[in-house]
Amino acid sequence: MDLKGKKITVHDMCLRDGMHPKQHQITVEQMVTIARAMDEAGIPMIEVTHGDGLGGASVNYGFPAATDQEYLSAVCKEMKNTRVSALLLPGIGTVDHLKMAVDCGISTIRVATHCTEADVSEQHLHMAANIDGLDTVGFLMMAHMIEPEELLVQLKLMEEYGANCVYITDSAGYMLPDDVTARVALARAELKPETELGFHGHHNLGMGIANSLAAIDAGANRIDGSLAGLGAGAGNTPLEVFLAVCDRMGVETGVDLFKAMDVAEDLIVPLMDDMVRVDRDALTLGWAGVYSSFLLFAKRSAAKYGLSSRDILVELGRRRTVGGQEDMIEDLALDMAREKA
Amino acid sequence: MSKKIKAAIIGPGNIGTDLLMKAMRSDVIEPVWMVGVVADSPGLARAAELGLKTTADGVDGMVPHMREDGVQICFDATSAYVHAENSRKVNAQGAVMIDLTPAAIGPFCVPPVNLAAAVAEQAMNVNMVTCGGQATIPMVAAVSRVQSVSYAEIVATVSSKSAGPGTRKNIDEFTRTTATGIEKVGGAGEGKAIIIINPAEPPLIMRDTIHCLTTEEPDQDAITQSIHDMIAQVQRYVPGYTLKNGPVFDGKRVSIYMEVEGLGDFLPKYAGNLDIMTAAGLRTAEMYAEEILAGRFQPEAA
Repeated sequence: MDLKGKKITVHDMCLRDGMHPKQHQITVEQMVTIARAMDEAGIPMIEVTHGDGLGGASVNYGFPAATDQEYLSAVCKEMKNTRVSALLLPGIGTVDHLKMAVDCGISTIRVATHCTEADVSEQHLHMAANIDGLDTVGFLMMAHMIEPEELLVQLKLMEEYGANCVYITDSAGYMLPDDVTARVALARAELKPETELGFHGHHNLGMGIANSLAAIDAGANRIDGSLAGLGAGAGNTPLEVFLAVCDRMGVETGVDLFKAMDVAEDLIVPLMDDMVRVDRDALTLGWAGVYSSFLLFAKRSAAKYGLSSRDILVELGRRRTVGGQEDMIEDLALDMAREKA
Repeated sequence: MSKKIKAAIIGPGNIGTDLLMKAMRSDVIEPVWMVGVVADSPGLARAAELGLKTTADGVDGMVPHMREDGVQICFDATSAYVHAENSRKVNAQGAVMIDLTPAAIGPFCVPPVNLAAAVAEQAMNVNMVTCGGQATIPMVAAVSRVQSVSYAEIVATVSSKSAGPGTRKNIDEFTRTTATGIEKVGGAGEGKAIIIINPAEPPLIMRDTIHCLTTEEPDQDAITQSIHDMIAQVQRYVPGYTLKNGPVFDGKRVSIYMEVEGLGDFLPKYAGNLDIMTAAGLRTAEMYAEEILAGRFQPEAA
């Protein structure tokens, strides 16, 4: 694979996707410290939001240590070069949240839907595209669940609603490099040439880096990852590892590799409640194609009702659950416990 | 045969047609008009076959005939954008408007919770909140009538096929209107609503999760009894309203897991989210009709 000379933009997820393994308890002070260090390391973009996006504060997903407004306003004003994004899932957050995040100083809004449901993002993308200078991104989750041709139709909808960048998101960490290549290459060939294309991976099958390289090779120019892999499931593509690989391959990221390694080792790893890694349950997510943030919910329900978390996750995959259906987990566990009794 | 109150349905789409099929079985409502805007719409043709008068000229096409045809109740199954205008026009002809759109210009009505109060107020426009609101607000109210609920949150999961273009274009309206209904009708201090659309095949039956946070330790027996009583009330008009699991008590959290299967009149059974709207709308109309028939209420032009 020859990627020499390619220029990409990396986007760190620690302070959004990383909220999942932290049960949304990262403090404002911790966020500011980490964000400053990432800015210093030259990471061009970071995401800061509740793990489930703006408005995610809930019984269903977990109440965070601070509000999105507190996190965003504290982080945005400290950034010298790094641009801050927020995530919004229509059905959870609204355009009111979007406006609030813009007022806090975000540069990018990422509007995320399930891969078949892009049309629920119309009002949000449309509004964002009409805000001067706001980088407007459409984000299609669980993209492994449909074929490249179907995915393209949905990506085009987001482009039509005003997204200047669209993402293919492997929320379950299920894809293999060929799956990524097929989706990204078709999108690159068919979307407007000026529309940027991104890939967001999860490391549940250990494929985060290989998949991200495949995405670049097929035409993606934005790549999500998180330092030390802090993210849902087995985490996102471990960013410092990916940066080192990019360096070896001659892919230009503009990030200071050693500084990024230091942030990962000195700030992110000590923050972890449990080591984010490919454990049995995270591996099951990737194998069965299950939304990565279900991980801790399945572990908790399994412990509460005396079940195997792997059994719960496999069943959630069989039922073709989608992102956001965390409420299904306790409901399913109650059914399974009754059957077992 | 007992006397019936004559009604009109505005909007011959899936919702309007399902409502028509339910209304044809009513003891107190007689649908006489179906109003559309597209001349060759299958919904208008179906209504005409069933003996209704139809017009493709919108509400204006029906207004000149409303008094002579004795239309006293109208259902609006169109969109929030045109609802206010429709409502003004039929109110001027002395008909009550039952609003199945998310426009919410009239008071909210969730039949087992506040229908009696809404009818007693003799409001000329009542709003049916949202599908998620109809499915979950009775459960919030079942808890809040036992003890104070500081916060209630609902998660409605519907199949892709049952989420129409109107809902999709303005999904924020669903979350906002439902949250307001949880507070105003459900009786929670603060309300939050989440909607998830799932494309699985075969389509999943509407699921609803209701989480209530009580101010004091929950009285488990009283809350459980209240929930079962309320479910029985909803089942009178939506037989497929089913408690799947719970109530689960965890500290001050009370969680209730529901499934809503429709009757399958015109809409498929999995679309319980749509069925509960048409059934609640009809239930509301029937209560108004009973008041009119008993001489306790005479709708008048505003």
